[in-house]
Amino acid sequence: MKYLDEYRDARIARALAAEIAREVRGNWVLMEICGGQTHTIMRYGLDELLPRNIELVHGPGCPVCVTPLETIDKAIELAARRDVILVSYGDMLRVPGSQTDLFTVKAQGGAVRVVYSPAEALKVARQNPECKVVFLAIGFETTAPANAMAVWQARREKVGNFSVLVSHVLVPPAIRALMTSPDCRVNGFIAPGHVCTVMGYEEYESLARDFRVPIVVGGFEPVDLLEAVLMLVRQLETRDAHVENQYVRSVNYRGNLPAQRVVQEVFELADQKWRGIGPIPNSGLRVREEYGDYDASRIFGLETIAAEEPAECISAKVLQGLKKPTDCPAFGMRCTPQNPLGAPMVSSEGACAAYYNYRRTAIGSR
Amino acid sequence: MAEKPNTLAQLTCPAPLPKKDTIVVGHGSGGRLSADLMRDVFLPAFANPILMRLDDQALISVNGTRLAFTTDTFVVKPLFFPGGDIGSLAVHGTVNDLAVGGAKPLCLSAAFIIEEGLSMEVLRRVVKSLHIAARGAGIDIVTGDTKVVEKGSGDELFINTTGIGIVPDGLELSANRARPGDKVLLSGSIGEHGIAILAKREGLEFECPVESDSAPLHSLVADMLNASGEIRCMRDPTRGGVSSTLNEIAEQSRVGIHLEESAIPIREEVRGACEMLGLDPMYVANEGKLIAIVAPAAANAVLEAMRRSPLGRNAQIVGTIVESSQPIVTMRTPLGTSRIVDLLAGDQLPRIC
Repeated sequence: MKYLDEYRDARIARALAAEIAREVRGNWVLMEICGGQTHTIMRYGLDELLPRNIELVHGPGCPVCVTPLETIDKAIELAARRDVILVSYGDMLRVPGSQTDLFTVKAQGGAVRVVYSPAEALKVARQNPECKVVFLAIGFETTAPANAMAVWQARREKVGNFSVLVSHVLVPPAIRALMTSPDCRVNGFIAPGHVCTVMGYEEYESLARDFRVPIVVGGFEPVDLLEAVLMLVRQLETRDAHVENQYVRSVNYRGNLPAQRVVQEVFELADQKWRGIGPIPNSGLRVREEYGDYDASRIFGLETIAAEEPAECISAKVLQGLKKPTDCPAFGMRCTPQNPLGAPMVSSEGACAAYYNYRRTAIGSR
Repeated sequence: MAEKPNTLAQLTCPAPLPKKDTIVVGHGSGGRLSADLMRDVFLPAFANPILMRLDDQALISVNGTRLAFTTDTFVVKPLFFPGGDIGSLAVHGTVNDLAVGGAKPLCLSAAFIIEEGLSMEVLRRVVKSLHIAARGAGIDIVTGDTKVVEKGSGDELFINTTGIGIVPDGLELSANRARPGDKVLLSGSIGEHGIAILAKREGLEFECPVESDSAPLHSLVADMLNASGEIRCMRDPTRGGVSSTLNEIAEQSRVGIHLEESAIPIREEVRGACEMLGLDPMYVANEGKLIAIVAPAAANAVLEAMRRSPLGRNAQIVGTIVESSQPIVTMRTPLGTSRIVDLLAGDQLPRIC
């Protein structure tokens, strides 16, 4: 496959790993933000290729993992209503809420449909005028434009039975929260390439400056990630700390301006709770007042349900890079992709699931 | 024959309750949930030595003749897809479950569960397709059944086929016979059936449309068995894909399986579709491929025989059976690192982004 195979080339990957080994002197903890990047690191065993003094820790960038329990519970409540069709991305269905998950609600007769894009959810609404169609609009800046677009289109076309249950999170406030935490060990960040395709990387410059931390916008293939690590190592070894862009084939400085405009039209900044991490000020998006008729939380008057995480789950520490999934006593025993205790074990982008699926024996025997 | 296997001694009937108290679609995925359903519900209730072989077909001895006996139900949606339809699939699926046990297929049954409202023309097309596929496999459909359910109680049309075949004397194929050193052979490129169905269902269009690989494998199997008597077992990697089948073999033989990722044939269109949809082709269904575990000395001869057969032209040796304290499938990536190829919990889920 053109534009993919080049970035999986074993010779280039090994040459990059060798170059990293030649140039690295200090011990560095690097965090990739995005769950897609974690998935690639585990699937290709990139940490095996790197010298021992580079430690990769995994960030909070799995949208499924950080969606708060309360949102899942609200979605489950809606899905169980006879007049509602709940439409969602596939990997949200298995995420455990406080009592059950959407798969089980579906099995018990709830109308739950899986789509690949919010435009399809809008189509479901047009085709089922007698039902209220709610799209579970979650994710980072990457999915925000398409979700905003669906709302914008619904209003323009007067599709009155469509709404979104929103739980949107933003990367830069999360990095700020991680860096201000007293436990933070991270020396450099690989910023998420897809998020930056939409948003550009201008907003990361103040983070690099304020915390004296190098940030490299990275892609999702093995060569991308190794090149991003090399760029970080070069900055760290020369005591440099600025924003660089490894993922130049997709990301530019200002990002996708029309996409940003539709997000601003429909959504506004809001405080947001992150599953496993807690509330972070101004780290999320909510539907603007003008679009309130399309906001499921308002239409259905969903109360905030207080929900407790399973006490044993250490996902908070995993998502902040403080612990590895294998440090968790429940990992692979009481918590598996089949019976997840916490969200990082559900999505293939979740750090725990990535470790479980690809590496659990190799790591266990170390 | 009547001896009770030790492993079931502790299990009692009625079946213990599984952890989930509701059936979810993942229970039919061929992954870990399906395995749990077998272990927790079906095996404790039905336990008998014939079933406990856990192969794709049961082996029954009648007056010295060994019969292979298998059944499968087809609920594919849409009924018609590129490369086949529910009718041809219902024949190929059951013929292949006989063939991978080394059996020469004798005859099939076909039972139809039809939802009221199905057009007669659709039923006729499907029946004709069953007939043509059975002819292609050199067998007849000799008995059957029809049930009609009310609108809403089915999904257009479900078909069950059951097949009987004869296993030649002296032939022993079973998923518990893999031994360290044996080679893993795969008859061709993977993932085509699953992607063809998904593309049709989701309305995805590709420049070169992916067709289902649905095909009867009995001739390929006959060619392989002629080439060597040292084939340990064969399986057709249908739902759950190649990884699920290999995990089952590892489990039943109590061995490890080590694969070479770059040796596994995948067509560009399938790779592209999987990239787009966020799926791993190792877990995508096939309906015209087989996996064979072969003694090391015979591997090349069997591979050559496969490549001479039309359905095995792209056959490859993709891995090796290894000693392992736990039954696990691993894979060497093109970067030289290794990873686990696990059973999925349930169905592969489309990812958010």
